[in-house]
Amino acid sequence: MGKRVGLEVSLAVAEAVKLANVDVVSAYPITPQTHIVEELSIYVANGELDAEFIPVESEHSAMSAALGAATAGARVYTATASQGLALMHEILFIVSGMRMPLVMTVANRALSAPISIWNDHGDIMAERDIGWVQIFAENGQEALDLTLCAFKIAEDKRVLLPMIVNIDGFTLSHVIEPVIIPDHAEVDAFLPPYTPVLRLDTENPVTFGPVGVPEMYTEARKQLEQAIIGSKPVVEEVLDGFGAAFDRHYKLVEQNGKPGAKTRFVTMGSLGETCMTAVDELVAEGQDAGQTRIRLWRPFPEEEFLAACAGAERLVVIDRALSPGAVCGPVASELKSLFYGRPDAPEIVNLVAGLGGRDVTVREFKEMFAMAVSGKLSGNYTMWGVESHAS
Amino acid sequence: MLRDVDLSGYEKITAKNIPWEKFITSGHRACQGCAEVLAMGMVMKAAGPETIVCNATGCMEIITSPFPQSAWSVPWLHVAFENVAAVASGVESANRALERKGKLKKRPKVIAFAGDGGTADIGMQALSGALERGHDFVYVCLDNEAYMNTGIQRSSSTPYGAMTTTSPPGRKSIGQHTWKKNMAMIAAAHEIPYVATASPAYHLDLMNKVRKALTVEGPAYLHIFATCPTGWRSDPAKSVELCRLAVQSKVFPLYEVVGGRYIITQKVKKPKPVTEYFKLQRRFRHLTPDSVEYIQKRVEEEYARLEAFEKATAPLEEVSEPSTES
Repeated sequence: MGKRVGLEVSLAVAEAVKLANVDVVSAYPITPQTHIVEELSIYVANGELDAEFIPVESEHSAMSAALGAATAGARVYTATASQGLALMHEILFIVSGMRMPLVMTVANRALSAPISIWNDHGDIMAERDIGWVQIFAENGQEALDLTLCAFKIAEDKRVLLPMIVNIDGFTLSHVIEPVIIPDHAEVDAFLPPYTPVLRLDTENPVTFGPVGVPEMYTEARKQLEQAIIGSKPVVEEVLDGFGAAFDRHYKLVEQNGKPGAKTRFVTMGSLGETCMTAVDELVAEGQDAGQTRIRLWRPFPEEEFLAACAGAERLVVIDRALSPGAVCGPVASELKSLFYGRPDAPEIVNLVAGLGGRDVTVREFKEMFAMAVSGKLSGNYTMWGVESHAS
Repeated sequence: MLRDVDLSGYEKITAKNIPWEKFITSGHRACQGCAEVLAMGMVMKAAGPETIVCNATGCMEIITSPFPQSAWSVPWLHVAFENVAAVASGVESANRALERKGKLKKRPKVIAFAGDGGTADIGMQALSGALERGHDFVYVCLDNEAYMNTGIQRSSSTPYGAMTTTSPPGRKSIGQHTWKKNMAMIAAAHEIPYVATASPAYHLDLMNKVRKALTVEGPAYLHIFATCPTGWRSDPAKSVELCRLAVQSKVFPLYEVVGGRYIITQKVKKPKPVTEYFKLQRRFRHLTPDSVEYIQKRVEEEYARLEAFEKATAPLEEVSEPSTES
């Protein structure tokens, strides 16, 4: 049986990586991810984790070294955030294109300029189309559990894709929460050792990363697309398996509030917990309010989302990232695409909120609800809480 | 810091025991007279089959791997242009971990190849990081003195006065107006155990330098000069001759830096004028006699500097212990 401790969420993620028996960790420090890799370097230094820790000179090299290690057949982990993730950007496509099951934590953070170290989803939304499986944790326990699941999902022979576990920077990464840490034996039973399909092996030489001529590039991308679409049932299966083994159950899309509520918030990441409190209060006040949380972002869980929002007349979608010049925020855009042409399409009200670490409070969620219900939030999207001096 | 590096363990290649086996097979798509692929073949002959190759984006990556073909008979990995040293760091570290955990029987050698742009320009940071961290791998820069894969643009390894498509000579320009970046000395400044320059015109010297580079524990850096007939506008049949003339004219001296000690491996006793090297290629043909003289002087100065380094870093002569008997 695991033990329940009070632990900073970053350290809980490091604990999960240790429990996963990784072979190689490559990392470069960036706020707010640093505590994760600091802790891992301590584990390696004192022998608690038998792995090579590569303290690289940039995030670009962190991802490059991680990819090199993965092709050599190792189980590999790295973590980053914000500008660091942006610096990795080029290599992220290559990792998924090469179908290497890396696992990475992104401690979500805003991007410059102006420089902001605080949380929003601007960094990860710029990485929407990289071909990685992407999941959002809402609290410390999820961060630990989903990290363990990520290795199992990524390495599954039906998937073989890299995976990002998103945790909100500071609001999650630096918060001390009660977390149940599973036993090593329990994790070993859940997560078998990694056996690569192909690796750099002098006895069986293979060529990785060749030139993709026009006659085959499209086919290779099609295979990647099929792999990521095909990963959804595996994600579900692994989460169910995790639930059976550890009695903590996760779904691709989750619901709170009044069942079948006509007005539903849609959130991703740690804002969901604040929203949940607001929704609970609204329901207690007799309002027809609900909430849908997207846990799996890529591949997008279409059927599960549609089922979760069945009967809704209005979705109040909170985007924690701005897509400048776009029709709306990235999550709202996804949902508008999903509902396009469907006769049961709800009204989609989009709010861009909580940028660069700005708090979004329970009271504000209730204000949003009131405004959305009374039709005061018109247009494609509204930037919430913009102070007059900045407008 | 000067230190003694033991190179006695390497198996020397002579004219009699050159390996027959090739690890870059024929049928690749290099241009005629490409000295890069020639050098790469020599490196691989010296390295042998127990080798993992990481290759930066560039001519050598393109010509050896158009899917579904591959000219490689050893495990080979290409990731991107600027990061081959970081990729090789990951491969080497993974092998180390897997060997320690009993998942890998024997740790293979790791070689990283990149061109001069991928080394001296965009890949410099990743290379410096990998050399500083001390990964046990050999980094080979194949230097044809410009971005040939994208069509002859200047790099920081392009020599002074050379014409490229982004350093064109004109009324206000001599062509490339900076001196060639000294990558071998930059690598040596990282105080790694072994650095060498090499030329495919001196094939035994080149292959033995590869053997030495593979023998040392830790990073080694090889800077190999390579003619590009397409980019230099030279006769493909003259590639090896050009590689030899570059050494004989002191334009590209061959030396080793072993544990910080400089050793010139091909002493140039009767140097040929740079004009003899220049006249076989068209990238220098716009140069005036004044410019050539300026280059000639600079080449001699650089060679004299190298000789001074050799002298300054040579081991002290052994002095026998003074006798205490009276």
